[in-house]
Amino acid sequence: MGKLAIETRGLTKSFGTTPAVAGVDLAVSAGVVYGVLGPNGAGKTTTIRMLATLLHPDAGEAHVLGYDVVRDARAVRSRVGLTGQFASVDEDLTGVENLVLLARLLGYSRPRARRRAADLLDAFGLAEAADRQVKKYSGGMRRRIDIAASLVVTPELIFLDEPTTGLDPRSRNQVWEIVRGMVAEGTTVLLTTQYLDEADQLADRIAVIDHGKVVAEGSSGQLKASVGAGSLHVRLRAPEQRAEAERVLAGVLEVSVEPSADPAALSARVSDPERVARSLAELSRSGIDVTEFALGQPSLDEVFLALTGHAAEETPKEDAA
Amino acid sequence: MNATSTEQASAPVALRSVLSAGERPPRPGPVSTSLTFGRRALLKIKHVPEQLVDVTMFPIMFTLMFTYLFGGALAGSTQEYLQFLLPGILVQANVMITMNTGITLNTDIQNGVFDRFRSLPVWRPSPLVGALLGDAVRYSIGSAVVIVLGLVLGFRPEGGVVGVVLSVALLLVFSFCLSWLWTMLSLILRTPNSVAGVSMMVMFPLTFVSNIFVDPRTMPGWMQAVVEVNPITHLVTVVRGLMDGSVPAGEIGWVLVSSVLLVAVFGPLTMVLYRDKK
Repeated sequence: MGKLAIETRGLTKSFGTTPAVAGVDLAVSAGVVYGVLGPNGAGKTTTIRMLATLLHPDAGEAHVLGYDVVRDARAVRSRVGLTGQFASVDEDLTGVENLVLLARLLGYSRPRARRRAADLLDAFGLAEAADRQVKKYSGGMRRRIDIAASLVVTPELIFLDEPTTGLDPRSRNQVWEIVRGMVAEGTTVLLTTQYLDEADQLADRIAVIDHGKVVAEGSSGQLKASVGAGSLHVRLRAPEQRAEAERVLAGVLEVSVEPSADPAALSARVSDPERVARSLAELSRSGIDVTEFALGQPSLDEVFLALTGHAAEETPKEDAA
Repeated sequence: MNATSTEQASAPVALRSVLSAGERPPRPGPVSTSLTFGRRALLKIKHVPEQLVDVTMFPIMFTLMFTYLFGGALAGSTQEYLQFLLPGILVQANVMITMNTGITLNTDIQNGVFDRFRSLPVWRPSPLVGALLGDAVRYSIGSAVVIVLGLVLGFRPEGGVVGVVLSVALLLVFSFCLSWLWTMLSLILRTPNSVAGVSMMVMFPLTFVSNIFVDPRTMPGWMQAVVEVNPITHLVTVVRGLMDGSVPAGEIGWVLVSSVLLVAVFGPLTMVLYRDKK
């Protein structure tokens, strides 16, 4: 049995009569990035808050680094870092004041606290903003100081609650680099996200969570495999041939073929690569010109849809339905 | 361009070195962490000095307003009324300032920074105690403003410097203890506005139905009874006494007992709510 950084059994929490977390079982190995993936309101934040000892579970149990989150809360607190979804440093204070404050609270002497704060600000590319109030930081800088604040004493485990929500692509990449750096140094990272590509990029293992329950768990490859071999994307030269192409493909593949938003494109979820090859030949025999023909792994979007019956990122698409 | 690419290339290296350099200093005690949180409150005053309006402008406004509005009618002359009113206004100003504690705490909770504090391995009440220690600085400023203004207007404390200093010290103790009522409220109520609203609702009767403004002997019997049990009344009696050069020992005992009771009741309630805040 490998060493588990987090282990929960039947973790449950309700707010009033609304169940937020309805029996979550997790087993997270030490030294990995573990992604908890789910839409807004799935119970991700509530789960993290229980694991970080901020909330008492109603039922079930959770061990973090071997300590019970209720009975040994203090032992857990001294070994983990938490970067919440919202402000996690004081916006009225400057970057350096925030870090020195935390370093002092964690037992550093005044000169060492200053030294540590300066090192962290340097490492996070915030040295120039050290003496500026945090409320004047940009979104990306904000996130970096939030994460830096969790690393004043290097934690064995860090919780990152939606670390890249609302960030521009460049800042998001910086956060990803930070996550990779932390894991390389041996810190276990549990992050929640509603972005499928983020889980795909970063996480060694992923738990898909919906309505307070884990609906699937595994590596990104395993999750994808669980919904079929892949998906076929076909793009035609002439959009008016799409109906015919749909008929031809459906005949060979024996699965349903979906027209895409692009008027010249189609896609289908396939399980048998053999038939895919034949379908291309069949299209050309029917005189349908194909400009693009690609067989790819299913995206986590498709995985989420297959597992939960609804899309992960709730985009309003009334007319598409 | 160049600067950006070197920054990006070196960032992970620097990051890995801060992570691996992590030392684990010994855990500081409750006094140390509370003082650190107190320092945070002072830094906030430094960065947002306009928050001091309630400890400077309000006491000035109250002192001037009540002295010149009621002085002639209630005591025959504003000068005589000032001599009676000033210790009371000093109490009212301080007690009013305590409300700010709850509003600040609620704001901290709403914007999430308290999650960070609560996830730290420190003595749990220290963020709250620290905030209250920081508030002691605010009470001192408020008291100084009232007393200096009073002296300028002609208030003469017979008790001298000692009487005044003792009064303020006792006021700080009482204010610190009363603040736990507001910390509890701020953990129950959802927005800073509702905390402010409820606090005012408590504060108005608490300060007005007392002996701050008038001698209770002019009130109907039932109200005198209320005034008599109001801890503010006892506090005002003590402050008046000390500033007048007497030492009302019994009343001082009363104030200390009510201070202890406030903490004994609202301190634990606050901590229970704080522990399992949604």
